Amino acid sequence: MSVNISVKHALKKYGDNVIIPDLNVEIKGGEFFTLLGPSGCGKTTLLRMIAGFNSIEGGDFCFNERRINDLDPAKRNIGMVFQNYAIFPHLTVRKNVEFGLKNKKFPKEKIREQSEKFMKLMQIMEYADRMPERLSGGQQQRVALARALCIEPDVLLMDEPLSNLDAKLRVEMRTVIKNIQHNVGITTVYVTHDQEEAMAVSDRIAVMNAGVIQHIGTPKDIYQRPANLFVSTFIGRSNVLKAKLEVEGERTYLVVNGEYKAEMVNVLPEYKQTQDITMSVRPEELLLSKDACVGMDAVVDDCVFLGLNTHYFVHLNSGEEVEIIQESSIDSTIAPGTRVKLTINTEKVNLFTADGSNNILTGVRNDCVNG
Amino acid sequence: MKTKKRFDGWLIVSLILLAAFILVLIYPMFGLLKQSVVMPDGSFSFQQFAKFFSKSYYTDTILHSFEATISVTLLTLLIGIPFAYFYAFYRLKGARFLFVISILCCMSAPFLGAYSWIMLLGRGGVITKFLKSAFGIVLPSIYGFKGILLVQVLKFFPLVFIYMNGAFKNIDNTLMEASANMGCVGVKRLFKIVLHLCMPTILASALMVFMQAFADFGTPTILGESFLTFPVLLYNEYLGENGSNYNYAAALAVIAIIITAIVFFIQKWATGRFRFSINALHPVEKKKPTGVGGVLMHLYCYLLVIIAFLPQLYIIYLSFRNCKGSVFHPGFSLGNFKAAAKKLLGRSIGNTVILGVVSLAIIIVVAVIIAYLVVRRGNALNNTIDTISMLPYIMPGAVIGIALLIAFGKKPFALTGTLAIMVIALVIRRMPYTIRSATATLMQIPMSIEEASISLGASKAKTFVKITVPMMSNGILSGAILSWVAIVTELSSAVILYNNRTITLTMAAYVEIGRGNYGTAAAFAAILTVVTAISLLIYMAISKSEDVKL
Repeated sequence: MSVNISVKHALKKYGDNVIIPDLNVEIKGGEFFTLLGPSGCGKTTLLRMIAGFNSIEGGDFCFNERRINDLDPAKRNIGMVFQNYAIFPHLTVRKNVEFGLKNKKFPKEKIREQSEKFMKLMQIMEYADRMPERLSGGQQQRVALARALCIEPDVLLMDEPLSNLDAKLRVEMRTVIKNIQHNVGITTVYVTHDQEEAMAVSDRIAVMNAGVIQHIGTPKDIYQRPANLFVSTFIGRSNVLKAKLEVEGERTYLVVNGEYKAEMVNVLPEYKQTQDITMSVRPEELLLSKDACVGMDAVVDDCVFLGLNTHYFVHLNSGEEVEIIQESSIDSTIAPGTRVKLTINTEKVNLFTADGSNNILTGVRNDCVNG
Repeated sequence: MKTKKRFDGWLIVSLILLAAFILVLIYPMFGLLKQSVVMPDGSFSFQQFAKFFSKSYYTDTILHSFEATISVTLLTLLIGIPFAYFYAFYRLKGARFLFVISILCCMSAPFLGAYSWIMLLGRGGVITKFLKSAFGIVLPSIYGFKGILLVQVLKFFPLVFIYMNGAFKNIDNTLMEASANMGCVGVKRLFKIVLHLCMPTILASALMVFMQAFADFGTPTILGESFLTFPVLLYNEYLGENGSNYNYAAALAVIAIIITAIVFFIQKWATGRFRFSINALHPVEKKKPTGVGGVLMHLYCYLLVIIAFLPQLYIIYLSFRNCKGSVFHPGFSLGNFKAAAKKLLGRSIGNTVILGVVSLAIIIVVAVIIAYLVVRRGNALNNTIDTISMLPYIMPGAVIGIALLIAFGKKPFALTGTLAIMVIALVIRRMPYTIRSATATLMQIPMSIEEASISLGASKAKTFVKITVPMMSNGILSGAILSWVAIVTELSSAVILYNNRTITLTMAAYVEIGRGNYGTAAAFAAILTVVTAISLLIYMAISKSEDVKL
């Protein structure tokens, strides 16, 4: 029963203000698909276009082969979970959950059965006859999910459903959401600005910026081989440094600050030429050593011990500041002011064209059609 | 969906509302304006306006009205704000009692207060006589400015109390703590933080008091004597004993609207300077009042409420006293009620209930629809309807009465002397208040609740009926109770529109006072007081909330 969602050339304008210029995305049936991006990037707008609460100025939105652009929101058979849960405060939990079933003209005798099935699934059966105001945020969230799922919608849309919860509950609820989605097998579109949350729940993530999808891929693909500099800095932490690519015969080298040179074996053939590039290196992809004689010179400015890891803040000869994460060792941490050498894990580092628009390494997997 | 402007049912609703408002508001206003400048012989002239400004007898009424109204407004704030402050920030003993009684005070018709105070403090008043015979103390005269001040302040301070209590409740405790943290506590904090935060509410309640006090016709008629105020002049010119001049009355009505409009815009401007809203996540916890301060606090609150409620109690007492004409005799009986029963008591109760129920139903339905149109479907048409619906806010009751008489006194809309014209008057009088509270309620309901309903397969109409309206009901209900009481105790427009067939309890009491039948008047008034008290109690039982909004 799972439905795939296809969006082609979506256009969204408020007056003359273009929010989404031309967006394409294919969401597979049964998939947990997340729209991730900074606030104002258009992710909620896109979700609400799918739901039917925002007008569509151009393009085609289809569930399977069926075009839904002009379909009334009430008839799209969508389950939606809102940021503020949108629980009807004047109805009991049970009545909230049954609301959709009654509208869908479910047979009367089945309504109770169906609603109880989902209340049990969400573990809110014991609150069935309570009024919503007497529920905690997490419980309200469960009611919202039960309500959205029990109408057996074709797709489930969630708009930052966890952002009103406290940190601990957020982690707990995202596991609940992921498991439920997995069990029910419903196509899900999830909106969040929290990249850790996105990584935790999603099958695939679309990273958006300024109304344009930058990268679509699995959490691992996006983290390890981001399509461009924006994605690499938005997902996880990255040190961005100026660097050079140098070609000597058959070999290609990464040169940083003119003092550090390492061979790169995975540069795409079309980029194999001597050029300025931008390097994005994650804190854990840098190796810091006190005694080594190869590597970039750096001076430790500060270090923060966080148990499992220790974070070092250093500056290079060029003045650029860099953050490094090392597994904490049993002997003492390196004191501020110490001169150290840095080397780069060339297997993991990402290199982009000078303007950051493209990753020049092999292994980037991006399902984004316009990208 | 904005993609295609679909022709939906709401557009028809908007057009019907607009047509209705044009008929009952714009058309009468236009008639009023026309009558003020077009003389009986058909000539166009401003002579009626010139007449007003030519004699100090006329212009003095404006000065009197301003003198009384401004004094009343300031004194009401001065008395009401401390009362609200004590109530909101301290656990007073019998807080509920204080609340119910003060609501009852502002629910009575103002002229009843005036009448009762005359019985107590007037020339032949009980207290006056007692103090004179026992101690030889001669009280200052209650007639004129001082009396109006006394009656209106005691009647209107609960309005300030209700408004300010709501605002105080919205002050977040962390703001109080932050202020204390920076060394600002006590009286300094009250003025620098608390009152400043409540400034929009203070101004709103000041405007409310000003408008009601300015338009109050009953109190100055009964108490004013030579201190003639503007609404009284207006009434006398329209229905006066020494011949009425409709053109002149219309001109006066136009002047009244201009004055209230100016006050309205001054208040808008002042409020604009305090543009912030407060909403408490952690309301301030009430403290236990202790020591001398605690005793004084209780003393202040109870004394105030009891003095304000005294007239109503006294009227109920009087209604059981033997009475002949305007003289009360010793002994108790039901004679006054029997006399009242002969004088249309049944009809006036019936009319009161019919008028109240029908008007309130229309008001609520229209207010909910307008709020929905403005908040959820804001467009030029709906905003125009909203603006028109606010016009009565600046129209004193007597002006509305006159305008309706002009508009519906002749064909094609001959409604004079029917209950229908009374319903129209009451509906447009109270409409602005209910629309405001419905709009405010709806604005607080997140759009996503309605979207959730739609995504669960409910149509827009069903969502409106099943989700939006029930969620608004609390806010509407709390506004409705005051509307109900205002309708039941309406005098200033009714006095112009009523006749023997459409008489109400309030009008009956007023007429009997005018005829000097004080006993019968007391009987009518007592029944009225009991009706309002019962309405309030029923409301409190239903809503289970102690909040009453305006």
